[in-house]
Amino acid sequence: MNERVQLLLALADDELILGWRNSEWTGIAPSLEEDVAFSSIAQNEIGHARALYELAARELDTDADALAFDRTLDEYRSAPLVELRRLEWARTIARHWLYETADAIRLEALRASDDPELAGIAAKIEREEVYHRIHAEMWVDRLLGSDEGRGRLDEALEELWPYALGVLDDDLRPELLRRVKAKLGRAMPDVEPVARGTHEAELGELLDEMTMVRRSAPAGARW
Amino acid sequence: MSVFEVFRRERAGAPMQHAGSIAAPDARFAEVYAREQYGRRGESTALWLVPREAVDEIEDFVDEFDLKYRRVDGYSIKERLKEARERAGAAAPRAGR
Repeated sequence: MNERVQLLLALADDELILGWRNSEWTGIAPSLEEDVAFSSIAQNEIGHARALYELAARELDTDADALAFDRTLDEYRSAPLVELRRLEWARTIARHWLYETADAIRLEALRASDDPELAGIAAKIEREEVYHRIHAEMWVDRLLGSDEGRGRLDEALEELWPYALGVLDDDLRPELLRRVKAKLGRAMPDVEPVARGTHEAELGELLDEMTMVRRSAPAGARW
Repeated sequence: MSVFEVFRRERAGAPMQHAGSIAAPDARFAEVYAREQYGRRGESTALWLVPREAVDEIEDFVDEFDLKYRRVDGYSIKERLKEARERAGAAAPRAGR
């Protein structure tokens, strides 16, 4: 599997798994309006995953659904950050903001790529991600605006920081450090990243649930 | 939480129409929520967000003198025509006339 396909799968897996995790708030988000907004972000992420899988599928002579649903756990290239199941709002916002910040850095690098197809899809994804960042930033600012919110957000950020670093390759991590510091007004601790290549235990459960319908349908079923 | 009334324009040149309302802690949240609820399916070309406190509501309307000709649902003359005929002692006009 060449480097380009590996990159596409890493991006697609991040978006698919995070989209799935975010969709776990559908119906139980803090308010009806937030429910609609967060579910919509989840849908966007899954849309991005589809577009990225389609590019990878062309090179692998398969299709997007097969890449999304038919691989074994070890074949997924998602970052551990997106795999965590943390159904608690401060952690959800911390993960959402850390991921969107890291994703913006990664997309900027891709838009400057010599590969016109990669640069093109990165630009297209970025046009939606802008709104995800607006959403994430407004929530971070709101939580930072009260003692309780700040306390809970800080705790979540500490916990998730090593995972956030693991979303990016070595060369892009300093920029994440810089942006997070600029927002919070303090430097995050110097820790060992929880990098791509290992998986969290929760991913197994997620894949079981996510592929249930696919596995139950007879081969060749059309939807 | 504050309530924001949302108006939307469906296509260029169309009037703004009330779309619904959203609850949000401030104007920044309201903008994000309004985009998601009323602008994601190509259903709007523009939105207006109005804090409900900014709306002047009027709900007392006086119409003491039965000036029906001013009403938007028109001016029914059926009753008055009947009274006029009775006064004139005339039978109802024959069909076809």
